[in-house]
Amino acid sequence: MGEVTAVLSNSTAQANLDVFSSTLQTLAETDRNLLVVTSDSRGSGKLVPFAQKFPKQLVEIGIAEQNLVGVAAGLASTGKNVFAVSPACFLTARSFEQIKTDVAYSNNPVRLVGISAGVSYGALGSTHHSLHDFAALRAVNNLTIVVPADNFETEQAIRQAAQSATPVYLRFGKKPMPLLSDENRDFTFGKGRIIQEGDDVVLIATGETVYPALQASRQLETVHGIHAMVISMHTIKPLDYELLANVASKGCPILTVEEHSVFGGLGEACASFLLQNGFRNRFKIMGIPDEYTVTGSQVEIMNHYGLSENGIANEVLTIL
Amino acid sequence: MNVNELAQKSVQYRRNILKYIVKAKAGHTGGSLSCIDILNVLYNNVLNVSPETFGSPNRDRYVQSKGHTVEALYVVLADKGFFPESDLETLCQYKSHYIGHPTRKVAGVEQNTGSLGHGLSLSVGTALSAKLDDLTYRVFTLLGDGELPEGSNWEAALLASHYKLDNLCAIVDKNGLQIAGPTAEVCNTDPLDQKFEAFGWAVRHVDGHDFQALTEAFDALPFEPGKPSLIIAHTVKGKGVSFMENQVKWHHGVPNAEQYQQALAELTPELADSL
Repeated sequence: MGEVTAVLSNSTAQANLDVFSSTLQTLAETDRNLLVVTSDSRGSGKLVPFAQKFPKQLVEIGIAEQNLVGVAAGLASTGKNVFAVSPACFLTARSFEQIKTDVAYSNNPVRLVGISAGVSYGALGSTHHSLHDFAALRAVNNLTIVVPADNFETEQAIRQAAQSATPVYLRFGKKPMPLLSDENRDFTFGKGRIIQEGDDVVLIATGETVYPALQASRQLETVHGIHAMVISMHTIKPLDYELLANVASKGCPILTVEEHSVFGGLGEACASFLLQNGFRNRFKIMGIPDEYTVTGSQVEIMNHYGLSENGIANEVLTIL
Repeated sequence: MNVNELAQKSVQYRRNILKYIVKAKAGHTGGSLSCIDILNVLYNNVLNVSPETFGSPNRDRYVQSKGHTVEALYVVLADKGFFPESDLETLCQYKSHYIGHPTRKVAGVEQNTGSLGHGLSLSVGTALSAKLDDLTYRVFTLLGDGELPEGSNWEAALLASHYKLDNLCAIVDKNGLQIAGPTAEVCNTDPLDQKFEAFGWAVRHVDGHDFQALTEAFDALPFEPGKPSLIIAHTVKGKGVSFMENQVKWHHGVPNAEQYQQALAELTPELADSL
C-alpha cells in the first residue's frame, strides 16, 4: 500500500545541507561579504568544501553557541552577510537569549541556520533534538522562521535569506529531500506552497513532514478516493494567513503535520488564526506529543508518532 | 580635552545623570556615577565618532555591555550632539526611546544591550570584521565587574585572543558592588588580571576616576600587538556624591528632593578640582 507514483524520482534527492553548502559557495563567488560562522559544525553542516574554497569567509568560533550568535550579530552589524550555523538543538536553546537580544531586538540581520533539526539526530537522544524551536522563536519579534521541504525550497530559502534586511532562522533536516513538485516553482517567504490540490481534506505540513504528507495523499486517493490538498508551509512566521483563510473557507477538515512539539508550533499557529477568524473546520495537530520522546532513529521516532505516510493517512480517515 | 576640561565635564555629566534620574524616578545611579569618567574620556578624547561620522564604516565603536548604566551614556551622547539634551526629559516615559537600557533607536547607540554578558561577544564580532576588511577602527566595550560571572564573557574572551584582536579594548568598571553586596562576596572574580592574562589578553589597571591615567591607558592601546586589551578601571560606586559612594543601596536608588539638592550642592565646579 502507498506506492507513490506521481512524486518525482528520488534518485537526485540531496540532503538539505548539501544544497546549503553548494548554494553558499555559489553566493560567495560574488559576495565577499558573505561569511559562514560555525561552532565546530563545519563537518556536520557539510561546509568543509566551502571552507576549502573560501577559507577567509569561514569563521570558526569553537563550541560556544552563545558566543557564536553574539559574534555573528557583531559581524552583521558591520554589514557582513552572516550565516551562523550550528545544530538547531543548541543554536535555538543555548543561545536563545543572544537570538532574542543581539539578533532580533538589535535587528542585526544574521541568517541563523539550525542544522539536523527536529529529531534528525534520532538515537542521540533529546539533548540533540529540537522540538522546541518553533515555539520559542515564534515568540521573538523580528525573526522570520523558514523550514524548507525539498532541495528547491532549500536553495530558494538560502538565496532569499541572503537578501533579507531582517533576521531569519532557517531550519534544516539531515536526510535527502525528494523533490515535491516540478510544477509549482513559486517560493517566497511568508507564502505557503500548494504542492497538490484537493477538496476533501487539507494537509498543512512543513519541512521533512511534507513528503510523507504527500505520500499519504497519494495513498488516500488511490485506496480511498479521498482528495487531499497538500501545502508546504515553509514559513512558520510570518504565517500565510491568506492561504489559510482560503483553504479553510472550503470547510473541509485540516490536519497540520510537523516534526516539532505539538505545543507552540505550526499547528497551534494555524489553530490560533483559524479560531480567531471564525473558522470552525475540524482540526488536528500532528507532531511530537509532550512526553519523553521515544528512543530510536529519526524514521522510527517519526513512525512511532504517526508522522509517516501511513500515520498521516490513518489520521485523515479518523478525522473525516 | 585636557584634564581640567574633562574634570569640569564630569561634574556637569554627574549633575545631568542625577537630574534625569530624578525626573524619571528611575535609573542606575551608583553605576552611572562610577563609569561616567571612563565615558567622558572615551567620547571626548579617544573615539573617532561623532553624529556626522556615525554612519562611517571605519568609525570606532563603543558597546556598553553594562547597559543598565545607560544614563551615563545618554548624557554623554547628548553632550556630543547626537540628540538634544531635552530629549532626556522623556527618560523612561511612555513611548520614549530613552528607556532604561541602550537601544539603537537612540542616536549614537551601537547595540541594544541590557542583558548582561552580551557586549563582549558583540564587540568581538565587530572587531573581527575590521580585521577581515583591513579597516583601522577600534572597538571598546564597557563591562561591569558584577556581570563577569556570565559565561558568555569568557567564551568571547577566549575567541578575542584566538583571533588576536588587538583592535579590541574591554574596560571593566570595577566598582566592587552589585545588588546583593560586594562583588567579592557574591562571586569573586579576582584576580581578574591573571584570569584575563591566562586567556591571552594584555591587562592594565587604572584609577577609573583619574583622567590622566585613563587617557594614558587609552593612548597606549594596544597594550601588546596581537592581543586584545583589558583595562581594569578601579572605580567608586556613586562617585562624586558623598552619601552615595560605596553604598549598595544606590545601585538603583533614586534621590528624593532633599537628597538631590544635597548632591547638587556637592557637584560644583570646585569638585572638579578634586577629581
